[in-house]
Amino acid sequence: MSKADTEYKRSWVSIIVMTVLCIIWLIPTVGLLVTSFRNIDLINSSGWWTGLLGPFTAENYAGVFAKTDMGTSFINSIAVAVPATIIPITLAAFAAYAFTFLEFKGRDFLFVSIVAVMVVPIQVALQPMLDMLGPRGINISGQYLAVWLLHAGFGMPLAIYTLRNYMTTLPRSIIESAKVDGASHFQTFWRLVFPMSTPAIAGFAILQFLWVWNDLLIAMMFLKPQNATVIVSLSSIMGTQGQGWELLTAGAFISMLVPMLIFFSMQRFFVRGMTSGAVKG
Amino acid sequence: MSTVTQTAVQKPPKSGKAQSPADPKRIVIGAVSLVLVGWFIGNGFLALAYYPEWFAFGVPVLDKIIQALLAMVLGIGGAVLFFYCMNVFVQGLPGRLGQFLMPYAWILPGYFTIGLLLLYPTIQTVNYSFANEDSTAYVAPFYKNFQEVLSSDEFIRTIGNNVLWLLIVPATTVVIGLLVAVLADRLAPKGEAVSKSLMFMPMAISFVGASTIWGFIYDYQSGDTQIGLLNAIVTSFGGEAQSWLTIDRFALNSMLLMVIVVWLQVGYAMVLLSTAIKGVPDDTLEAARIDGATEVKIFFQIVIPQMKGTIITVFVTVFIMVMKIFDIVYVMTNGNFKTNVIANLFFQELFVQRNAGKASAIVVILLVAVIPVLIYQVRHFKREESER
Repeated sequence: MSKADTEYKRSWVSIIVMTVLCIIWLIPTVGLLVTSFRNIDLINSSGWWTGLLGPFTAENYAGVFAKTDMGTSFINSIAVAVPATIIPITLAAFAAYAFTFLEFKGRDFLFVSIVAVMVVPIQVALQPMLDMLGPRGINISGQYLAVWLLHAGFGMPLAIYTLRNYMTTLPRSIIESAKVDGASHFQTFWRLVFPMSTPAIAGFAILQFLWVWNDLLIAMMFLKPQNATVIVSLSSIMGTQGQGWELLTAGAFISMLVPMLIFFSMQRFFVRGMTSGAVKG
Repeated sequence: MSTVTQTAVQKPPKSGKAQSPADPKRIVIGAVSLVLVGWFIGNGFLALAYYPEWFAFGVPVLDKIIQALLAMVLGIGGAVLFFYCMNVFVQGLPGRLGQFLMPYAWILPGYFTIGLLLLYPTIQTVNYSFANEDSTAYVAPFYKNFQEVLSSDEFIRTIGNNVLWLLIVPATTVVIGLLVAVLADRLAPKGEAVSKSLMFMPMAISFVGASTIWGFIYDYQSGDTQIGLLNAIVTSFGGEAQSWLTIDRFALNSMLLMVIVVWLQVGYAMVLLSTAIKGVPDDTLEAARIDGATEVKIFFQIVIPQMKGTIITVFVTVFIMVMKIFDIVYVMTNGNFKTNVIANLFFQELFVQRNAGKASAIVVILLVAVIPVLIYQVRHFKREESER
């Protein structure tokens, strides 16, 4: 019976259906990958499925770096995404600590308001931010700083929410004993709670990084052309008349390189971040 | 010794810090350093934006990286230093006041960011929605922008499209996600891991990247050779090649855009639902089987009810995402061929028509539409919290 029990779960139907589904799910990406390594004349004269076995060439990738701003954009994306990921985490961690371990008036109300603003669509904030960060305001629009700020603000509710939910699962006795030993809240936070929250921090960091890296709207509105990210560059290659599939497919893969790398190397944290309440406005 | 510890644990605020007197030195040092640190962080960041050449060596790649590094040092170091100074300041205050202010001081920077970048602009957007195209004066009558937006055919059609997206995408994503989660659960562990990983992968791809990928599938060439997969399939069955994204009959082109989003999001649904399925206790299933229930009946009457919470969570999350769907429509059709959605209409109104008043009115309508979801989320959270 016990053997049958484990055998029972496997079924031919699911093996066949899942195989078919996985192939369907992979085909679009494979098509793009294959195309990005084909010669432009071949791309335009035959479907990619006829070129599965080659001939392959890297000239499209060379072309993307030579003819478009993809190289600079790649650096821009890193310069935008890394600080925009790290900065909100620090502020959110302090707030999450207060929500978890300190008692204060209005705590529940303030936390519920975080849950509420998570749902608010970011479009609601964009026009006034153009004013405030643009020439009418402090005039930083176009610079990285504008985008760091915006992503820090838009990511903050989710960051506080995720970290606080994780911190409530930490054993309270450890925090209590630190208090008894005379540690201040700052020390307890810095030496105990922050390091213990690493899994939640990593989960949120990956989500936020991918959001910032993959974002089109904010980058398009708030970065000058020299500071454009890979996603903005990719969308402008798409919109440009006359630039063919060869640049587009190679460009798309360059834009997907870092997210894919993160996905395959840190899938566990990614899933954890995803499952911890990934609503974002 | 043990009695001392016990009193400290039982009522720490009163026995410990409540009686501590004010410490003027700490207050002054704390306050002064707070101001200095705040000044330094603020100006440091502004200098990065105003005078990037100060931090540049003339090598573009290196300069950009240096800017990012400086921002991180300023951001993290500044934040930690800021909180440290605040801690010094609050501890210097007389016991009870310090105890009282401490938590607010800790949430302040986070809340300030949310207030500055989310709450303030939201209120301002509502304000702008009653103003003219460059937000310099109010329009008369005050509802003029709303009247114009609501009476335009384009807006009505756009709302219709958004409703269609909301009806189709969240439900489809949940159903396919559920199907995949159930089937994957019945594979060997290795097969399960690999297949889940493959279906989850699109989650890492941007909407723009996904649009490129699918643009290649929907591609249409006017000649005889079709390099788009969809047309190749259609012609191989003897059909006629179509320019798919321009066909608005039965909103076919909108649906083709929805396929892309479903393709991206199923992985998310599957991962959450899969966890929920594994959480259904085996003995309830076993008991049903002994009673002679069919697998289908077990699934719908025992498994589904037990994972209702997760199904709703996934549905709501995808629902919220779809409400403000933008990138895919923007890059694939730019709202042409009757595929427009609210977020793209807002973008066009703001940057093409250059009418901030009407653009704001459009997002205010979106905001109003979000309110029921917002109330639902808050209730859901409170229910979960009380079960903790």
